[in-house]
Amino acid sequence: MDTFFGLFNYWIVIFLMMTGFYIVIARGHLVKKVIGLNIFQASVILLYVSMGKVDGGTAPVLKEGFDIYSNPLPSVLMLTAIVVGVATTSVALALIVRIKEAYGTVEEDEILALDAEDA
Amino acid sequence: MSHHLPALTIIVPLIAAPLCLLVRGRKPALGFIVAVTWAVFAMAIALIHRVVTEGVVVYRLGDWPSPWGIEYRIDMLGAFVILFVSAMGAAVGTYSTRSIAKELDERQAYLFGTVFLLCLAGLMGIAATGDMFNLFVFLEISALSSYALISLGRRRRALLAAFQYLVTGTIGATFILIGIGLLYMMTGTLNMAEMAEKIQPLEHHRTVLVAFAFLTVGISLKMAFFPLHFWLPNAYASAPSAVTAFLASTATKVSVYIFLRFVFTIFGGAFAFRQLALDAVLMPLAIAGMFIASAVAIFQTDLKRLLAYSSVAQIGYMVLGASLANVAGLTGAIVHMFNHALTKGGLFLAVGCLMHRYGSSKLDDLRGAGRTMPYTSLAIALGGLGLIGVPTTAGFVSKWYLVSGAFDRGLWPVAAMILLSSLLAVVYVWRIVETLYLKEPADPHKTVREAPLPLLIPTLLVIGASLWFGLSTSWSVGFASQAASELLGSHP
Repeated sequence: MDTFFGLFNYWIVIFLMMTGFYIVIARGHLVKKVIGLNIFQASVILLYVSMGKVDGGTAPVLKEGFDIYSNPLPSVLMLTAIVVGVATTSVALALIVRIKEAYGTVEEDEILALDAEDA
Repeated sequence: MSHHLPALTIIVPLIAAPLCLLVRGRKPALGFIVAVTWAVFAMAIALIHRVVTEGVVVYRLGDWPSPWGIEYRIDMLGAFVILFVSAMGAAVGTYSTRSIAKELDERQAYLFGTVFLLCLAGLMGIAATGDMFNLFVFLEISALSSYALISLGRRRRALLAAFQYLVTGTIGATFILIGIGLLYMMTGTLNMAEMAEKIQPLEHHRTVLVAFAFLTVGISLKMAFFPLHFWLPNAYASAPSAVTAFLASTATKVSVYIFLRFVFTIFGGAFAFRQLALDAVLMPLAIAGMFIASAVAIFQTDLKRLLAYSSVAQIGYMVLGASLANVAGLTGAIVHMFNHALTKGGLFLAVGCLMHRYGSSKLDDLRGAGRTMPYTSLAIALGGLGLIGVPTTAGFVSKWYLVSGAFDRGLWPVAAMILLSSLLAVVYVWRIVETLYLKEPADPHKTVREAPLPLLIPTLLVIGASLWFGLSTSWSVGFASQAASELLGSHP
């Protein structure tokens, strides 16, 4: 039981990762795909942040009474990853707007059907 | 100045990208792209010269010592990748002066320049950096800009192709990020050289194995390794010609570089191949990719799609060479990265010339182009010979090393497979040559002139280089074999 409850944050990471991944694969709606992608990326952020956490640790402050520090580096890395995620989402949404203008739909199978007519 | 050369090679295009936004107007913007890409190429030549004379170049950003600061660590392999990426950047930069004007809105030339230079900076940064997380950031810089570049295609299906590439690419990059995170968890460092040392005693740990799995799958997605190649043909077929030529010759090759870096520098070839038997997975898939993608290429009606499927097959050759894990095989893989960048880059540039005049890349519309556009067609025919691997072309050199690598391992069936799959290349190259030279023109009254010189000169230069490196192998094979022995020697 210890591994189950002691590592619960990793279980959440895996749950979110699979949820996001499943949405990306299973859903044809392009906006839903982007949402799935975001959940997928969020799980990785959680993974990094929880690996830096030390039980009872604080932010690294040089002062008496603060002996145990959490590792700040993974959190800092995730700031960059959040920026990358936002950039990806915005490019994806911009593409979806253009797709909607060009095809009149954002459902993947309808778009593929329209492409098949073109060819 | 020369001390900062490793950083400048990456930073110049990175800074030039937003500056290009300020250079409005078509002519100044395109002139700016040409100037920057050639300057970067010159710096890359100076850089590889330094690596040849001084050995591995280490540059500490901001002069922070290495486990704390990010360092650029440029060895032979990195310098070689930077060299051919920047060479293709210069060729495509020159080419884009006319090609973009025709295929895009002329007023948007400066926007193209911005994204193109960002992509160039990202791809070279991957090869330069010695820090895992930095590698991920550069990977995303190049990937995000390549999504934008692909979506510039004229037809509306370019948008969906770019979106599909975005979803696939993001999943691949996130897998790589998970792998990096798990490795960081075990070793407590992001510096590649330090990680390689610390990971040695931990190699049986389950977390390291999981990290290895995530990295392998993520990188395979990025390099369009069969069967994870589904995004590539759509993306390459619908992007503007200049973009296709640039991405086809560089993006997947840089992903192969990441693969080599992780497998050989960080994990060590002995761990990946002797303990995990990675070659037992990769070799059959690589061979299947070589055959299936080549076979699919034969039945394509669009020249760009045909060449895109051929690219998937060529990735198979590179991974096959890497999974042989001996000096000859690895040399073949590395030199094939370079040779195929020239060959396929030149071919896509030539297809862009045809599109410039014919307005189509369908084989049916290009019938008889050998008479109307003799130089372009000659370039395609010569590039096609390079894809097959006919002696005196660059493709022959790399296949020679791959075959001898297979023999060194005693795997003569693999060597036979390499030769047999080349026969499939003969078939699809013959289809192109037949269409261009032997068929009657689709519309005999239509007069088509040869492509304009700004398009033709880069095309012929790149194709000419692919022939030159087929005859004079001392540079390309010299660099590649040194890089291969460095990779194999890093873990004795």
